[in-house]
Amino acid sequence: MMDGQVPEQALQPLIYDISAPGRSGVNLPECDVPRAPLPADLIRDDLPLPEVGEVQVVRHFVKLSQLNYSIDQGLYPLGSCTMKYNPKLNEDAARLPGFAQLHPLTDEAGSQGALFLMHELQGWLGEISGFEAVSLTPAAGAQGEFAGILMIRQYHIDRGEGQRDIILVPNSAHGTNPATVTMAGMEVRELPADAQGNVDMRALHAACEGDLRDRIAGMMITVPSTLGLFESTILEVIETVHDAGGLMYMDGANMNALMGVVKPGELGFDVMHYNLHKTFSTPHGGGGPGSGAVGVNEKLKPYLPGPIVEIIDEGQATGPTLDMPVGATYQVAHERTDGSPQPKPGDGPEPPLYGFVMPEKSIGRMKAFHGNFGMHLRAYAYIRVYGDSGIRDVTRYAVLNANYLRARLMRSYRVPYPRYCGHEFVLEGHIEGVDEVHALDISKRLMDYGFHPPTNYFPLIVPEALLIEPTETEVKEDLDAFVEAMERIAQEARTEPETLLNAPHTAPVRRLDEVRAAKELVLCCAPALPSYS
Amino acid sequence: MSYIPHTPAETRTMLAEIGVRSIDELFEAAPQSHRFPALDLPPPMSEMEVAAEMLAISEANDHGQDFAIFRGAGAYHHFIPSVVNHILLRGEFYTAYTPYQPEISQGTLQATYEYQSMMCALTGMDAANASHYDGATSLAEAVTVALEASRHRRRKVILSHAIHPQYREVVRTYHQGRDIRIIGDRGRGEIVDLLEMLDDNTAMLALQYPNFFGQINDLATVAEAVHEAGALLVIVANPMALSLFKSPGELGADIVVGEAQPMGVPLGFGGPYLGYFAIRQKYVRRIAGRIIGETRDADGKRAFVMTLRPREQDIKRERATSNICTNQGLMALAASVYMALMGKNGLRQVGELNYHKAHYAAERINRLDGYSVDMSKPFFNEFVVACPRPVEEINQALLEEGIIGGYDLGPHYFHLQDHMLLCATETNGKDEIDRLVEVMGGLG
Amino acid sequence: MGDWKTPANLKYSESDEWFALDGDIVTIGITDYAQDQLNDIVYVEFRDPGDSIDAGDSFGEVESVKAASELYSVVPGEIAEVNTALEDEPETVNADPFGAGWMVKIRAADLAGLDGLMDAAAYDAYCDSR
Ligand SMILES: Cc1ncc(COP(=O)(O)O)c(C=O)c1O
Repeated sequence: MMDGQVPEQALQPLIYDISAPGRSGVNLPECDVPRAPLPADLIRDDLPLPEVGEVQVVRHFVKLSQLNYSIDQGLYPLGSCTMKYNPKLNEDAARLPGFAQLHPLTDEAGSQGALFLMHELQGWLGEISGFEAVSLTPAAGAQGEFAGILMIRQYHIDRGEGQRDIILVPNSAHGTNPATVTMAGMEVRELPADAQGNVDMRALHAACEGDLRDRIAGMMITVPSTLGLFESTILEVIETVHDAGGLMYMDGANMNALMGVVKPGELGFDVMHYNLHKTFSTPHGGGGPGSGAVGVNEKLKPYLPGPIVEIIDEGQATGPTLDMPVGATYQVAHERTDGSPQPKPGDGPEPPLYGFVMPEKSIGRMKAFHGNFGMHLRAYAYIRVYGDSGIRDVTRYAVLNANYLRARLMRSYRVPYPRYCGHEFVLEGHIEGVDEVHALDISKRLMDYGFHPPTNYFPLIVPEALLIEPTETEVKEDLDAFVEAMERIAQEARTEPETLLNAPHTAPVRRLDEVRAAKELVLCCAPALPSYS
Repeated sequence: MSYIPHTPAETRTMLAEIGVRSIDELFEAAPQSHRFPALDLPPPMSEMEVAAEMLAISEANDHGQDFAIFRGAGAYHHFIPSVVNHILLRGEFYTAYTPYQPEISQGTLQATYEYQSMMCALTGMDAANASHYDGATSLAEAVTVALEASRHRRRKVILSHAIHPQYREVVRTYHQGRDIRIIGDRGRGEIVDLLEMLDDNTAMLALQYPNFFGQINDLATVAEAVHEAGALLVIVANPMALSLFKSPGELGADIVVGEAQPMGVPLGFGGPYLGYFAIRQKYVRRIAGRIIGETRDADGKRAFVMTLRPREQDIKRERATSNICTNQGLMALAASVYMALMGKNGLRQVGELNYHKAHYAAERINRLDGYSVDMSKPFFNEFVVACPRPVEEINQALLEEGIIGGYDLGPHYFHLQDHMLLCATETNGKDEIDRLVEVMGGLG
Repeated sequence: MGDWKTPANLKYSESDEWFALDGDIVTIGITDYAQDQLNDIVYVEFRDPGDSIDAGDSFGEVESVKAASELYSVVPGEIAEVNTALEDEPETVNADPFGAGWMVKIRAADLAGLDGLMDAAAYDAYCDSR
């Protein structure tokens, strides 16, 4: 400030800026064992972390939280992401000490509860989408895709058809699909969409029946598509690829439109991933964690990434029955600390013993341990709440909400495909006669009306795409308020475009200088350490 | 209908607006032959019943509230201050998503930026990403970066056998489709042996610090040899150990990766955890995943935004080097809050507590008949114990006394039959350690 | 026609590079049309001088805030020189794509690849059609 500079404007100081030497945010116990000498030559001189008190830390992060928009505050119609309500019950369950303080390398006998839960969830996910077996290990959708494509690759290699190295991907696909194919060491062939938003069948037949036929390893496709549309030709697509010797991968990001409506496995898909953080309500956490379980049919079952949970000892019962008294199964299991069957008198039949198994020809481990268990247990609780009669309603009301919004918004915006949509739909963020206003401006203006914007510029095949997914947990009043906001924005675009171009006006910050961020690359504010030379 | 708020009247109005009579009409595009299958799922349950069932299931596990845990091997039972969980339970954080819209995501963005900064402080690197799935996938991604840095001209990757066995498995899973060789970890090679393998086809050499056996190797001269061969040095580090020991940056690492679960993330049966990834400035544009940078808004106000976006899969598609999209954001927030609370002195204190507890346990066990502890090298909070009986038997006896014992190394390392990897942290009181020693002694 | 410049003395590729021949040295950069499409260029990266490349190989990459583009040469040869000034001031590519924004010079082993390139008029027509 000596040089006359204005103090930097900021929303909230950085944690390092509120540091004061000698302050601490924790109160740790004294060392109750004799101290061992530290190896001086291996010890670091400086640990440049901030020094902040507990109260300051709490206020700092609470204030930061208040700069966010979240589902708990309102409609978050971010297409392709299924931003539904995240039940509080599940958060409480995840924090039970029996889950939170369970070491991943606990012996089988000591983790029967967790293994039981994973086994049930594998079964339920398989049932919901018609697959023979499920592995819960992938940490997110993209990792599920990677597992799926690696399985397809290995399947062909094992059949002596290792030359099959092409995966067909529609041009409306999410970026993770083509990126996955490359990671697996395979090649992408993009397929165009036709005027209805379906895969262009002529292009598909050409790819599958031409020179490349023997190189077709499979196809990745999102159902309903990333345009929110159910491919009306899906059975033909599947058949065409199968006829060429390829396998079908379904990107299950959009399962919220399918539960109880069709089972991908029954349609003929060989493998798909689920996004537990979308369809099954596990929180998105500001960017993650997710969980990307994969389901497969009989063909690919031996290749699943491991470990998966199986019954390794049947016990006397045929398996836990769901109408058993609550907790009975688990209480019995709990007593068996040595892994051997040890029936407890009066508790009914001996339950089976669950254990981790590595599938016979597994493509391997996707991550250490066994997946994002904290997401598995939330998904378990979620499915348990809805049960057989309710899970289809999730999809029905998600699709109702989307079609309702679509019907109302069609009056003020162009909706490219004249069909009912699935759980989401695209509209063009372009106002007739106002060329300077783009989808991005509409999005930014929505913030001023108190909504999170839809997904922008995805899928890439619709110009100025705004992909809108309300989810089933939104109430009609909020959908109506969203429609009104969108209508007013369309009006404003014509009468006062500047308001849109400069939006948002009420958010904590205005539009950001992304060029500066990318050029200057200020990625770290910690004091530098003595550097290696 | 649980979390679905529609009243019958609203549903009717909405259907009328759409122009259909029933919701089911909206599914006409789905093949009729397969439409509306039966679902064999359990019946619905009330919140109260589900809560009771979750409690019952959770109590069928041997957990840290009923058992003293002396097992680590990649997942560590540490104390987590209450503040961490309270911040994680802010709906504004955990019910938001990736900060695609920076104007209404400054909370997540700044907290992630602070996480990146504190990870740089710990590791001595210049930049860190917003997270990978876990320590293992972070290492697998480091392999990709190293291959890219050599423009795929170098095709050899050297891994130490003292890297977590599952991490090495994951590296092999990730790179099975590539024409590269992964070597070094099938034997028992010491670091000098690994350095012998360096040549002009080597993209990287990776070591773990402390290694899987808990030991701290003196890495002072390693970087020079690796760099001389034109390869990258990747260090897999337990960030908790970095509270005490020299930062990998100071030792010349080019990429530092690892599992940041010890920093505020509970054991949780193995996930969600937090793969951290930190790198030198020189390679910063090769980083995969999300990264947050500082900038200004239209009024000149400081703000944060996801930057280096064009490298990501959504823009680069089949030319992207990684497909990562959703990461472990909330866990990065946990680590951020944890590190902020601990701070410079608190974290050092936790590190020392770990060190002293582990050394106290190691020394006492080493004096027991039939047992010996490998004390040939300095170690942090884990150490290898040669046992007089199969590890399973010892663990069984410990379990009966309410103790979860060490990790059996036999299945992973042929030369370590009847060896266990024991871990002590600040959560293990002296009385617990004494009990552990006593039970083990009784089996000598 | 859009308002971008297309100097008449250069040759153009469909991937929007321009090529200038001087002896056996081929200088390459990206066109005015391309820099405009990319918008603010924030980063460039080239292969190292001395590297040899085949026709159709990538010799580097340019990155803006919204996109990343690979750069391709139609001639094989050895990279003789790269424009290191762009590393610190990548915006030069936006400001002067045909001058100070040149990217690499390749000592060409074979010039046949240049024959398949477009002249200025053809390139303009090609851009118009996109
Ligand atoms: C259609 C589609 N596929 C795949 C993914 C990737 O899933 P994840 O982010 O869980 O890795 C997404 C996520 O955003 C998606 O929308």
